[in-house]
Amino acid sequence: MKNILENNALENEAIFIIHEVAAQFEKPVLLFSGGKDSITLVRLAQKAFYPAKIPFPLLHVDTGHNFPETIEFRDNLVEELGLELIVRNVQDNIDAGRVKEETGKYASRNMLQTETLLDAIEEFGFDACIGGARRDEEKARAKERIFSVRDDFGQWDEKNQRPEVFDMLNGRIDLGQNVRVFPISNWTELDVWSYIEKEGIEIPSIYFAHKRPVFERDGLIWSANDEYVYRENDELVYEKIVRFRTVGDMSCTAAVESNAFIIEDVVREIRESKISERGARIDDKRSEAAMEKRKQQGYF
Amino acid sequence: MEVLKIATAGSVDDGKSTLIGRILYDTNSLTDDKLEAIEKNSRSKGYDYLDFSLATDGLVAEREQGITIDVAHIYFSTNKRSYIIADTPGHIEYTRNMVTGASTSQASIILVDARNGVIEQTKRHFFINNLLRVKEIIVAVNKMDLVNFEEGRFNEIKDQIQQLVDSASYKNQNITFVPISALKGDNVVKKSENTTWYTGETLLEHLEKIENKDVYEEAQARFPVQTVIRPKTDEYHDFRGYAGKIYGGDLSVGDEVVILPSETKSKIKEIHFFNEQFQSAKRGSSVTITLEDNVNVSRGDMIVKANEIPNVSKSLNATICWMDNNPLKPLSKYYLQHGVNNVATKIESIDSILATDFSGETTEVSELNLNDIGKVQLKVNKPLFYDSYDENKGNGAFILIDSQTNTTAGVGFING
Repeated sequence: MKNILENNALENEAIFIIHEVAAQFEKPVLLFSGGKDSITLVRLAQKAFYPAKIPFPLLHVDTGHNFPETIEFRDNLVEELGLELIVRNVQDNIDAGRVKEETGKYASRNMLQTETLLDAIEEFGFDACIGGARRDEEKARAKERIFSVRDDFGQWDEKNQRPEVFDMLNGRIDLGQNVRVFPISNWTELDVWSYIEKEGIEIPSIYFAHKRPVFERDGLIWSANDEYVYRENDELVYEKIVRFRTVGDMSCTAAVESNAFIIEDVVREIRESKISERGARIDDKRSEAAMEKRKQQGYF
Repeated sequence: MEVLKIATAGSVDDGKSTLIGRILYDTNSLTDDKLEAIEKNSRSKGYDYLDFSLATDGLVAEREQGITIDVAHIYFSTNKRSYIIADTPGHIEYTRNMVTGASTSQASIILVDARNGVIEQTKRHFFINNLLRVKEIIVAVNKMDLVNFEEGRFNEIKDQIQQLVDSASYKNQNITFVPISALKGDNVVKKSENTTWYTGETLLEHLEKIENKDVYEEAQARFPVQTVIRPKTDEYHDFRGYAGKIYGGDLSVGDEVVILPSETKSKIKEIHFFNEQFQSAKRGSSVTITLEDNVNVSRGDMIVKANEIPNVSKSLNATICWMDNNPLKPLSKYYLQHGVNNVATKIESIDSILATDFSGETTEVSELNLNDIGKVQLKVNKPLFYDSYDENKGNGAFILIDSQTNTTAGVGFING
């Protein structure tokens, strides 16, 4: 038996929040993208309920344009931990004509995820969706609460948020409403990476440097995948050693040049980085208020 | 890594956002793409300097009006530790946001415009930080460049603040004064050549030296049970763990404990954190504990040491900061959430409203309106196990929830 438990403030806060979700809600779900933040959430939830299993399922809103490495990783993780995984596909909504796929140079399925997510919330009656969003990611997220109430349409009313004092979390909602919960709100990108290093958490291989066919556009490195990512004829494909700093839809996630082949190198790279994480997210470049607008519409 | 949480409060024109932007800039915390966005925006507005406020003002409405209207969280780090700034607006309409920001902060920066000195708003910031017992207060006297960096002016403002300190009820605050210019960068991160008379530290130097103590100061140990862990597997067939966070003091295996409200006695058998067990756990830890005896414990119950029993009562006397548009009225009913415990409450009486400028209290009161702070008597339907806020922050505060709208309508600090 170890002697004294030294506490890690951010980890304790996250576990406290996850316990509150399990206690205050009937049907929580953990939104799982296969990215490092949601993988960290799974580890925190595992810690929170050990030796019991995580008492809620994972939900993956699959754009159909995911990196294959992410999907493989997801399936292994779920099997290893004996978790329940629910997958809902953006493609189904496109096929049913309920949403329209973007076309052209910057086409992405990122926006279309919202509709699929809201449908899944309704289908299963989820009253709390745990997500890996962090306040340091983006300016509008800096104002997000830890328990963020969404109305029947999944919308965020940023001017009418509940005050969160001390660590008391008020999860009372009306029927039809749901709460988005962000246990790692106060973590920075570096905190997440340091935690992954310290805990020895496995992550998808695309986070590490690897050789990949790419092309350049607007100063960003795009993954060359003619099936999912639109490319002009004059945008030439070449091979490069790159890694991904954030893992979203293939069509909206740019790669960075990197020689970080192991986790220690990744942590050092993030520590020294001069470009913010979402600087490589093409979806945020659309306008100054891009994230806030998406959040109002129910984006997570 | 170590984290220090700071609240900033200041009015629209005090240059609070500029100060935060300056700290980010001078600690190299602004990444190239963010800096580029700031340069682009500053140019398009025709400024000949960098408008750092753009680094923090997140919402569209704020950018449109050029003001901060909610609590924003900003992150930066030095070689020593990480910092989280809870940035709150200073205007009277935003008292509730200031209370929110201060509730989780170990230190507060109060900004004063050197030209205006202590104004009503400064008094309010100081009052709220005193009410919430924020230990470290930094008074940043900003815009020193506009008063020719005069030492005399700086000292006048110090004297004005000292008067507030003298009339404040909580006396254990450490108060530090720094003359700065957020716009020009004097004494924020870099020592200024314009204030040779000032021998103290820069703002950041001072922050770096603040001892990182938990917001919930040392007191008697309180363990409110959040949820019960029952694996129901072959291996852990009879396992009943109580998950929660430890407030106030440490807990160890073998401690004799009492479970409230049942007053059942037992001993701590094991302290689990994930797949390891510990002999003892410090306050602030989220752990799962098991007890020697098979007792009935559920969410909202509290485990305490047998010789450290909190107050148990159905009547409370509290100072409440009202946060809702619907006023608080005598005889009205609310849900009361005390930590993780929920009860129903009825407002017995509203005894007074406290003036946030230290001028005293008004006793002829019919209701508490949004942003009012007042003394209130409450009755709860089940006994509460509490400490006064003075003795134990973690076990001395509660929120009131409107049963119609479900919103968090107010925050209360239990008086001794």
